[in-house]
Amino acid sequence: MAIEKEKLVWMYRTMVRHREFEERVAKGFAKGKIPGFVHLSQGQEATAAGPMAALRKDDYITSYHRGHGHLIAKGGRPDLMMAELYGKATGIMKGKGGSMHLTDPDVGDLGADGILATQVLTATGAALSAKYRGTDQVAVCFIGDGCINAGSFHEGLNMAAAWKLPLVCICENNIWGESTSIYDSTNLTKLTDRAVGYGIPGVAVDGTDPIAVYEVVAEAVARARKGEGPTFIEAKTCRWRGHFEGDSQSYRTEKELDECKKRDPIPRFRKKLIEMGVLTEKEADKIRQEAAEEMDKAVKFAEESPFPGPEELLTDVYA
Amino acid sequence: MKEITYLKAINEAVDEEMARDPTVFIMGEDVRVWGAPLGELKGLFEKYGPKRILDTPISERAIIGAAIGAAATGLRPITHIMFAEFLGVCMSEILNILCKLRYMTGGKVKLPVTIMSPSGAGISAAGEHSSCLDGLLMSIVGLKIVVPSTPYDAKGLLKSAIRDDNPVICLYHKSLLVGGLKGEVPEEEYTIPLGKGDIKREGSDVTVVATLLMVHRALAAAEKLQEKGISMEVIDPRTLAPLDKQTIIDSVRKTGRLVIMDEEPKIGSSAAEILAVVGEEAFDLLKAPMKRVCAPNTPVPFSPALEKIWMPDEEDLIKAVNEIV
Repeated sequence: MAIEKEKLVWMYRTMVRHREFEERVAKGFAKGKIPGFVHLSQGQEATAAGPMAALRKDDYITSYHRGHGHLIAKGGRPDLMMAELYGKATGIMKGKGGSMHLTDPDVGDLGADGILATQVLTATGAALSAKYRGTDQVAVCFIGDGCINAGSFHEGLNMAAAWKLPLVCICENNIWGESTSIYDSTNLTKLTDRAVGYGIPGVAVDGTDPIAVYEVVAEAVARARKGEGPTFIEAKTCRWRGHFEGDSQSYRTEKELDECKKRDPIPRFRKKLIEMGVLTEKEADKIRQEAAEEMDKAVKFAEESPFPGPEELLTDVYA
Repeated sequence: MKEITYLKAINEAVDEEMARDPTVFIMGEDVRVWGAPLGELKGLFEKYGPKRILDTPISERAIIGAAIGAAATGLRPITHIMFAEFLGVCMSEILNILCKLRYMTGGKVKLPVTIMSPSGAGISAAGEHSSCLDGLLMSIVGLKIVVPSTPYDAKGLLKSAIRDDNPVICLYHKSLLVGGLKGEVPEEEYTIPLGKGDIKREGSDVTVVATLLMVHRALAAAEKLQEKGISMEVIDPRTLAPLDKQTIIDSVRKTGRLVIMDEEPKIGSSAAEILAVVGEEAFDLLKAPMKRVCAPNTPVPFSPALEKIWMPDEEDLIKAVNEIV
């Protein structure tokens, strides 16, 4: 599948923006400026940018606690997102949701849940809604590998398959469900075997290769738009940092972590794009520099924004 | 006015809202051919067809979860949970997502989801198909709770529930549904605002707060007590959230006495909350200790002989009233 140059550059820029955003989140958390739980996705940038390159603006996504990159790639504003992480009044959710729950329906992100596999159900409902309203929108749910063992995963994929809903389920398999290996929590060796049980296609892909991810997602999206039902995609990826910031990762060996870091999708994609003649070194540097400046501004905006006042406490709840 | 059954009132409310708004649709188990096992949705499938009446897999989590996604993208789902206890199966979706998302997104996501579910004892359906979970559900912030006792209330409140832009659960009583309770409703369209209680009977000596089936038992007890010269006022809150505190407190101001009759075990019940509200906000108005007439602290028993004594009845209420009047 030939991908137009603009799309390749967009994917690269999106991955770099995702990385630059999260590096600043790590620093903000370490300095005590970002409260609560923070889950970073360094190493997983290709599974956010790749799928989003295959989606339209009016398509829907749902995400989970490791979801900063999904919203950036879907079009979320990093300044408002950063302010949300800081718990500020200018945050995208007025400081009432935080890192784990970044949601922006204006760009089609219906929410990140820390209750795992719930995002499969919300996306199933959005897919049902698209079909009901007679649009050809598609809903994509992002989940981690641990989610495939939760009941909602089964209920959602079964319902979406039974009703041939335009759903694509992307499992970012970084092997680790918090501190537990996926291979200790299921008897499967191929996670895509789960798809067989729902009578839908299951496809595995190198989740650190954005072009490969884009290609399988684009095919699944095309299938969904044609009314042929859901697809389950296992994107094999890598998580460098702990489950949460502050996790010492005592459950991992240094060797495994080193192997994981060698799969860093960003330098590999940069090299590939330069080899393909899509980008020059200089252009790639410029993308990095622009992303760094954008995210510095986001941090500045978040730091300079006020905290919500007590008048905000009782709004947005009706019973 | 016309006389219809409680079941028909529920059916008409859904029918009228589906006719009025094409974004309203139903998801539930066995809602097509049966119109739900107790029949309250019967005829709607024939009228609205498979697009708008969805028979789901036995997947309560997916029913509520998919309703959340559909509501967030412009639809107005009505979900049917076959029996109130099955809410336990999908409680995470209700507790963690449905009732929190609007707040957690700073108001960005509205979720106009209605949950319909038959609750209550009296038909020997045993412990997993007979409970009232009102108190448990009242503790969920963000969930409006409708508990209609008459055809008039059922129709008017359910229509308001479906039009509401927030999650509303409508718990209607199986004994009233199966028992064929009849009552008058207007010929013309009407709605009843959520959060407004109703004085089902005026009286001056004692206030009894009751919902659902207990309203009817309280009214029967009131007749008997009237013969003995005791005047009972019966307040039906009609919605437990929002709770119309003012109507209850105004009644207590008049009578100075309060008995709450509730088809739940006492601990954590809706009766516990109402008692706390009056104790906190209107203690000075009381001439006697408040009383609760509730069910024993056990699951609902199966045998009709046991179920009958498990459910609070007129005699239990009369006894409690006599202790304080």
